[in-house]
Amino acid sequence: MTVVSADSLDLTFQTNDGPVHALSNVNLDVAQGDFVSFIGPSGCGKTTFLRVIADLEQPTGGSISVNGMTPQEARMQRAYGYVFQAASLLPWRTIEKNIAVPLEIMGTSAAEKNKRIENVLSLVDLANFGKKYPWQLSGGMQQRASIARALAFDADLLLMDEPFGALDEIVRDHLNEQVLKLWDQTNKTICFVTHSIPEAVYLSTRIVVMSPRPGRVTDIIESPLPRERPLEIRESSEFLKIAHRVREGLRAGHSYDE
Amino acid sequence: MMNKMMKKGKTIPVLTVLAVIVVIWYASVVWMNAPFERDQAERLGKETPGFSELVNRTMAQERPVLPAPHQVFAEIYKTTVEKKITSKRSLVYHSWITLSATLLGFLIGTALGIALAVGIVHNQAMNKSVMPWVITSQTIPILAIAPMIIVVLNAAGISGLLPKALISTYLSFFPVVVGMVKGLRSPGRSEMDLMRTYNASRSQVFWKLRWPSSMPYLFTSLKVAVAISLVGAIVGEMPTGAVAGLGARLLAGSYYGQTIQIWSALFMAAALAAILVMLVGFAHNAVLKRMGQKPEAIA
Repeated sequence: MTVVSADSLDLTFQTNDGPVHALSNVNLDVAQGDFVSFIGPSGCGKTTFLRVIADLEQPTGGSISVNGMTPQEARMQRAYGYVFQAASLLPWRTIEKNIAVPLEIMGTSAAEKNKRIENVLSLVDLANFGKKYPWQLSGGMQQRASIARALAFDADLLLMDEPFGALDEIVRDHLNEQVLKLWDQTNKTICFVTHSIPEAVYLSTRIVVMSPRPGRVTDIIESPLPRERPLEIRESSEFLKIAHRVREGLRAGHSYDE
Repeated sequence: MMNKMMKKGKTIPVLTVLAVIVVIWYASVVWMNAPFERDQAERLGKETPGFSELVNRTMAQERPVLPAPHQVFAEIYKTTVEKKITSKRSLVYHSWITLSATLLGFLIGTALGIALAVGIVHNQAMNKSVMPWVITSQTIPILAIAPMIIVVLNAAGISGLLPKALISTYLSFFPVVVGMVKGLRSPGRSEMDLMRTYNASRSQVFWKLRWPSSMPYLFTSLKVAVAISLVGAIVGEMPTGAVAGLGARLLAGSYYGQTIQIWSALFMAAALAAILVMLVGFAHNAVLKRMGQKPEAIA
């Protein structure tokens, strides 16, 4: 089943410096259960594309559907959870109260709410931290809490916009492992924006390579790696081969002399 | 306690400044009150008194140009502790008159300020039309407006506490509007986007995001608002021939040359303002604590 389907999608921002062509002729289908990474230099439209799926930006041409609906209808039905680059936890709420925010807005009953909070907290390994305030947690833990929040209302689609971009590499490795485990356990469809090649290759079943001016898709790579991926897989020749192809794709689409 | 304050390094600087002020004050007392003593001696055909005699006399005049600190504090003691608080000569009585108008005006001003800010943030038409008028309102001197408010309301049959309170309101709503507009707009783009992804209604965004985000801005504004509320209440008492209140004391003092009375009312007003600002500060800290703020972030 197709979860996201984009057909010759176009988006042009009108800015003071003239129009910016953020997305040009993007065609992409994301199937149920896929883990799709979007990789490319800044300005390639990867975040914009995610925001179009989430109905946070409006396309200026082409068509896109989410779960067979318009993005707006999908958003109204709370079809996806969104994780931003910054954890964006509300500082005056404890972690469990932060996770409760979407549930409160959606009118979930108290018993169901508690059950879900407990459930997602253990999914991200924060079971004992529900009563803590965000400032009492490290950056990596805060980002895990924000993932738990996006999972709380059990949408089938998870949109993640460079969620680990601000974290150091050791924490990032650990979180990557956790995300994979989570994906495996929940069987969700994940769209993941990153600018790290190893991260994209390690996580994804498909890698979408993008390039800027105008933002466009230059390569789509189906990963031959198995679903089960220990960290060591990153030293295998297959992994390196995919990483190489991604790097080539990035290089081809982007002149660094500009 | 004392030790802790010393460690924070605030006590010594504050006391030093205070000591300097007191010294300058006493020097000014001698300098400003001496001409009167010399005139007095001349008129009576006596010799001009010697320096130490002169200094003593300048500090014990009945209507000095500048009263000495101990005279002011003796007057405050006399009119607060030694007088019954129901007496028309009690400074506590007059303070209460002013304080009640201050508090009522502050409450109305805060409510009005918050209501306007909510409107400005949520309604495009209000955003464009109200703010310029809010700013214009503060460019009109309060001394020009105050008598008119009193007169107009009097003609409408409203007198007593409310007209004075409204002058306080006129001053105090302003910082609340400005602060709250900023506070309600303080949530970042990703917090607002997050609410949008949940398909949250405007009222949900308000109560779950905008209102809690605005708390630090609200209390900062309230500290300014409560202090100028007091100014408003005093100003409201002055041009209207009020018979009670700190403003009335100031006015009566200046009619009859009772400088000591003026200064003691002045000190009382300053103390009142300090207490009010401190109370708002305590409320601020209590709210931040309830909101789970990092301890060191609470000043």
